Amino acid sequence: MQNAQLRLKSVSSQATTILITLLGLLVLTFVIGRMMPADPVRAIVGEDATRETYEMVYHQLGLDRPIWEQFLRYLGDVLTGDFGTSIRTGQPVMQDILRAMPATIELATFAILIGAGLGIPLGVTAAVNKDKWQDHIIRVFSLFGHSMPIFWTGMIALIVFYAHLGWVGGSGRMEQFYIGMVDERTGFLLIDSLLAGEMDVFWSAVNHLILPASLLGYSSSAYITRMTRSFMLDQLGQEYMTTARVKGLSRGQTIWLHAFGNIRVQLVTIVALAYGSLLEGAVLIETVFAWPGFGQYLTNNLIIGDMNAVMTCVLIVGVIFIVLNLLSDLLYRTFDPRTK
Amino acid sequence: MTVKDTDMPRQASQLPSSLLVLRNILTFLMRSPTSAFGLIVLGLLIVIAAFAPLIATHDPYAQDLANTLKAPGNGHYFGTDELGRDIFSRLVWGSRISLTIIFLVSIVVGPIGMIVGTTAGYMGGRLDTIMMRITDIFLSFPSLILSLAFVAALGPSLNNAIIAIALTAWPPIARLARAEAMTFRKADYIAAARLQGASDMRIIFKSIMPMCLPSVLIRLTLNMATVILTAAGLGFLGLGAQPPMPEWGAMIATGRRYMIDSWWLVTFPGLAILTVSLAFNLLGDGLRDALDPKQMNRR
Repeated sequence: MQNAQLRLKSVSSQATTILITLLGLLVLTFVIGRMMPADPVRAIVGEDATRETYEMVYHQLGLDRPIWEQFLRYLGDVLTGDFGTSIRTGQPVMQDILRAMPATIELATFAILIGAGLGIPLGVTAAVNKDKWQDHIIRVFSLFGHSMPIFWTGMIALIVFYAHLGWVGGSGRMEQFYIGMVDERTGFLLIDSLLAGEMDVFWSAVNHLILPASLLGYSSSAYITRMTRSFMLDQLGQEYMTTARVKGLSRGQTIWLHAFGNIRVQLVTIVALAYGSLLEGAVLIETVFAWPGFGQYLTNNLIIGDMNAVMTCVLIVGVIFIVLNLLSDLLYRTFDPRTK
Repeated sequence: MTVKDTDMPRQASQLPSSLLVLRNILTFLMRSPTSAFGLIVLGLLIVIAAFAPLIATHDPYAQDLANTLKAPGNGHYFGTDELGRDIFSRLVWGSRISLTIIFLVSIVVGPIGMIVGTTAGYMGGRLDTIMMRITDIFLSFPSLILSLAFVAALGPSLNNAIIAIALTAWPPIARLARAEAMTFRKADYIAAARLQGASDMRIIFKSIMPMCLPSVLIRLTLNMATVILTAAGLGFLGLGAQPPMPEWGAMIATGRRYMIDSWWLVTFPGLAILTVSLAFNLLGDGLRDALDPKQMNRR
């Protein structure tokens, strides 16, 4: 009974924390939006509007109201799901972003599969061979991935693998030729093309996806490798490892069944956090590969100073991060008996 | 354990003991090939930046329209760009921009993070909660995205890029300083200082901050690779240093149009960024080992 009360208390305090963080996030995006040098009225009415029209729109946008009132209005808009209209496309910002999101999710999901598939075995190998040559090579290899400017690696990879070797597709999500051949049902090109039974489009999409996803995955594997290594080292130093060996288990069995089994939960939380930070790399890699996703949408609007779009994009990234943090926290609490 | 000697703010013994510590750390770093590489590269970077006018073979801004997009060789080590400017000389001068960014970001971020973190950690209570909430909000963004938004708000330029990076880089430092301050808060020497009538302000600045300094410095070094990459990313997106400045990221952005036929336009600036950021990462990795108490005990 007391336990349940404690849990309720911790849940409610966590909920307050999240609400405050969200409010802070909104203040931050509001401030960024207000600081932007682009004149939102000018952007709507155009360069050669009369003074009256200008004044009227200025008033309509509420820019003549005190700043706190403007903030409350922004808060009200966001709460009712109104994120404003993009000046560039003339569409509601949310609609634009929802259309761009699947391309980024597709890219990021493949990237995280590659990153985890690379990082976890490397981290385990490094930990098992601590301070031996394997450890050093893995350390340099993963730091290399962490140090490369991903937009540059993207270009070099395009020159080598696309222009010279011709192994993969170039920029975009598929060959120009196939664009419009598949109906957009889910927005995920791989799924859509499979649903439509268009295998050519499917392979073209895979061909275009593989290079940016590998680069993103490699860059995120650095973090995963480092964390896996340090978690594994903690486990390998424990006495139960010796016990397991004495019981007659092989070295491989103790490593993979016992030590690795114990770090699975921690790894899931790490991978969830790495998934969020892929968004950062996505902004740059989407620019290089002309990938029509969230990152490209953000940078295009930044350059022309489309306030509503930028504010909403920043807000969404913040919310994604909060949700991922919360998820990894919840996972930890659910699976780790010590936190009960 | 020699590390702790730096924490003593004694006027008389400070110089020799801190120099000794520095020497110990350097010998430790030079023993591992990877951190030695980092140290040497960064030393080279500083030398190149300091003697840029002597090392550069050409004026980094001088256009030579008769010799555009020339491949490496013939007096141009790394070739020429679309306006006939010597890429090697532009890279050499660009090292000054990179060092300026690192330096300015560090001297802004270090003190801000220290003050916020130590004050929150030492005072505790409501002030701590409020300050850490603000820190958390900043931490809930990937640094590049938040810098992007700030630059968009301030307008694209090198100075604004530096401000934007600094605005996003202080929270981890504050977090660290707070954690450190909280461990020292209950120490006897702090209680002694308080009994002697020292004000909170004096305790924070004179007794807590010097103790937090070493770990904050390491954290700053570790952050520099990220700072370099973020600055280059901003430059690449056209939101950082503006052409014709020889900033490495901006050079890649302009070279992008010619990359298929003239690979050297993007290859060399990218290698420069990669080398410097790798050097910082390797050095940071080595520093972490050098100052890790577990490692120290083992030796």
